[in-house]
Amino acid sequence: MFGKLTWDAIPFTQPIPMAASLGVILVIGAIIALVLWKGWTRYLWDEWITSVDHKRLGVMYALLALVMLIRGFVDALMMRSQLAIAAGGAQGYLPPEHYNQIFSAHGTIMIFFVAMPFVIGLMNFAVPLQLGIRDVAFPVLNSVSFWLTASGVLLVNLSLVLGSFARTGWLVYPPLSELAYSPDVGVDYYLWAVQISGVGTLLTGINFTTTILKLRAPGMGYGRMPIFCWTALASNLLIVAAFPILTATLAMLLLDRYLGFHFFTTDAGGHAMMYINLIWAWGHPEVYILILPAFGVFSEVIATFSGKPLFGYRSMVAATLAICVLSFMVWLHHFFTMGSGADVNAFFGVMTMIIAVPTGVKVFNWLFTLYGGRVRFATPLLWTLGFMCTFVIGGMTGVLLSIPPADFVLHNSLFLVAHFHNVIIGGVLFGAFAGYIYWFPKAFGFTLDERLGKAAFWCWLVGFYLAFMPLYALGLMGATRRMQHYHETGWQPLMLVAMAGALVILAGIVLIGLQLYVSIRSRTSRLDRTGDPWNGRTLEWSIPSPPPPWNFSVEPRVQGADAYWGMKQAGKEAAAQEPQWQDIHLPRSTPVGVVLAFFATFFGFAMIWHIWWLAIAGLAGLTVTALVHAWRVDSEITVPALQIGEYERRRRNT
Amino acid sequence: MSLADDLTRPVEGDEDTTPYSERGPAPIDVVAGFGFWLFLLSDIVMFSALFAAYAVLADHTAGGPDGLKLFNRGYVLIETMCLLFSSFTCGMCSLAMERRSAGAFHLWALVTILLGGAFLGLEIAEFSRMIAEDAGPTRSAFLSAFFTLVGTHGLHVTLGLLWFVSMMAQVATLGFQPVVMRRLRCLTLFWHALDIVWIGVFTIVYLGARW
Repeated sequence: MFGKLTWDAIPFTQPIPMAASLGVILVIGAIIALVLWKGWTRYLWDEWITSVDHKRLGVMYALLALVMLIRGFVDALMMRSQLAIAAGGAQGYLPPEHYNQIFSAHGTIMIFFVAMPFVIGLMNFAVPLQLGIRDVAFPVLNSVSFWLTASGVLLVNLSLVLGSFARTGWLVYPPLSELAYSPDVGVDYYLWAVQISGVGTLLTGINFTTTILKLRAPGMGYGRMPIFCWTALASNLLIVAAFPILTATLAMLLLDRYLGFHFFTTDAGGHAMMYINLIWAWGHPEVYILILPAFGVFSEVIATFSGKPLFGYRSMVAATLAICVLSFMVWLHHFFTMGSGADVNAFFGVMTMIIAVPTGVKVFNWLFTLYGGRVRFATPLLWTLGFMCTFVIGGMTGVLLSIPPADFVLHNSLFLVAHFHNVIIGGVLFGAFAGYIYWFPKAFGFTLDERLGKAAFWCWLVGFYLAFMPLYALGLMGATRRMQHYHETGWQPLMLVAMAGALVILAGIVLIGLQLYVSIRSRTSRLDRTGDPWNGRTLEWSIPSPPPPWNFSVEPRVQGADAYWGMKQAGKEAAAQEPQWQDIHLPRSTPVGVVLAFFATFFGFAMIWHIWWLAIAGLAGLTVTALVHAWRVDSEITVPALQIGEYERRRRNT
Repeated sequence: MSLADDLTRPVEGDEDTTPYSERGPAPIDVVAGFGFWLFLLSDIVMFSALFAAYAVLADHTAGGPDGLKLFNRGYVLIETMCLLFSSFTCGMCSLAMERRSAGAFHLWALVTILLGGAFLGLEIAEFSRMIAEDAGPTRSAFLSAFFTLVGTHGLHVTLGLLWFVSMMAQVATLGFQPVVMRRLRCLTLFWHALDIVWIGVFTIVYLGARW
């Protein structure tokens, strides 16, 4: 009846996962109780869960990412504390069995369920506003994407309570991830969670590429598009081109595990290195899917807080697209040690070094934008400056790793771990935080507390250096990644420093939570009545904060780059002539996204535990939902011109 | 509405000098079509990963049968003809729906479904013959890759057939309203894309079997 699922799946004997899952269940229970007690169910369902509004979806993506950041960070704290004590003969407090799950879950969660949703959330919120349009190309699909991502999150977290997670690292390399060596459900949790959320991401890529290429306000030619939209375009093109490879690769591993195929097995002609090649043919573009939108955020922030147009707009666009293309030509540098020969390794090493050129162009463009500007050191700019210093170090260690002979020594060492955290924390995460603080007032109508924001930034920056600079040194001393204990007691001091760094980052995370809490409590004194708290340059700042559901009461006409700056200079806002308001059509809310994700979750769960009847029921639910949705004809609501005029008059009078 | 009408959009002022990129949001037909083209491209990327896996594993027969021994080119040619003719009849469907002629649409859609069904039947028969000869997907890496590549295409054809049935029902109940027309255009694109993938399969898998 329940396939492989028995009471043994619950780890009663292991105190850490039991306590953690109990805590999570209590928190979720408390939230549900609060929602029921306050009577928020209707509001949540109507305004958020079934919403297809890109702004709401963007906020939900960011919230999901922040919650999962805490989960992923707890994993990080456990690993750092384990390594701080497991020196010499000591074994620490985490058995290898558990430790292996923790580093696998940490990587999976941080990339797929923190970095991706955060970046996609920022794009969801900002891109349509910057383009001067009312929503994305396919709003319902957008909601489906979000809920499929949430479904993946749910499956990964279920592994905490039921069964176990993969012990194979975040990319589940075969042959270790094959049934012969990982017979339990851990790898299956990974595969179905990533597969389901990956479909959501692919749909996002199609949606945003279409939106940016086909839906822009009149006058917004490609040369006038905000730079964040350009980087979002590059990122989504990469999603469309790279995520199908992930889908195909994971499908092959699933076939190996479920139906006895021999793609990557050690017998019957299987070829494990093919998996490594395929997964990195997705995995390297994935790195740029994450970092390019972060580059876009930094570009917007630097231009805004320097009070200048971005230096070298065209070279920035060219550099972005160059990185977009080059990112597909470097995947082999993740496994120079495969032994494909000097020529092949040299080619991929050189290609990797070449990526440093457009990235360097970007860094100089940012520097020259700051140069001679009226620089305001607000929190988003602090994150940006922190990024510029940190990312350059990460980039240089990357160039170092791109030299095959050096890589042979540093492969799978803590040096590598330090490098990719250096670019992902110092690049993607700093960018996500900069964007979060930058666009928060637009989303909610009040600014975040600057003092706490700056404190959070300094904790993150200092904590990052304390936590990861020792890992570079340890890597050069020979410490490898994914080790649960070590005999060399000489490494322990540096491990303790790294642990201290993790604690400083913890303070940074707490401060970010505190900043949110304090800002919400004191929101009436920090309202943004202008809609333009930062003296911004792009169209999102031309509308009220928070924007009405229809974004723009009048379709904006774009006259040049930095469209809103131009309007402000020309004094268009002052024109008191009331325009002729027109009816606006908006996509109607629909539960199809959450219903599809509901069935997808059951389908995934059933496949993980081999509960075939439930899997069939889940598939049937997905099909019926899609069919029912296909017959929906009335997919738009009309906001009457009268209501829009009233809204605008009220806004101007306050 | 012709394609040229779809692509241009009247704007105020001097229509001839406004670059396409500055003419504002495209009409919904263009947006939907463009999005579906992107989906098809992503689908073809997925197939290319499967093709790459097949190319790598084609000679990993692990002592089992190879393609030359297993494939019957005459049989596959018939299969191919079924699919290619179904693309022709799918084109007839397109003409019928642009004329808003429900009768002709249903007729050609039915013929397309029959031809697609015949293709699928032939493929399933080929698969079961191979499995019966102990040449199933678990026999060797080569056969795993073969069954996955060809089977994924077959799965797409199956979904396409179900989509055709659903669109016949939509035309019958909703008529040729704009949303149905958009979906029909996407369906015909999908069906033709499956032909393109199959030409790759026929060339690389069946004609390329000489190991």
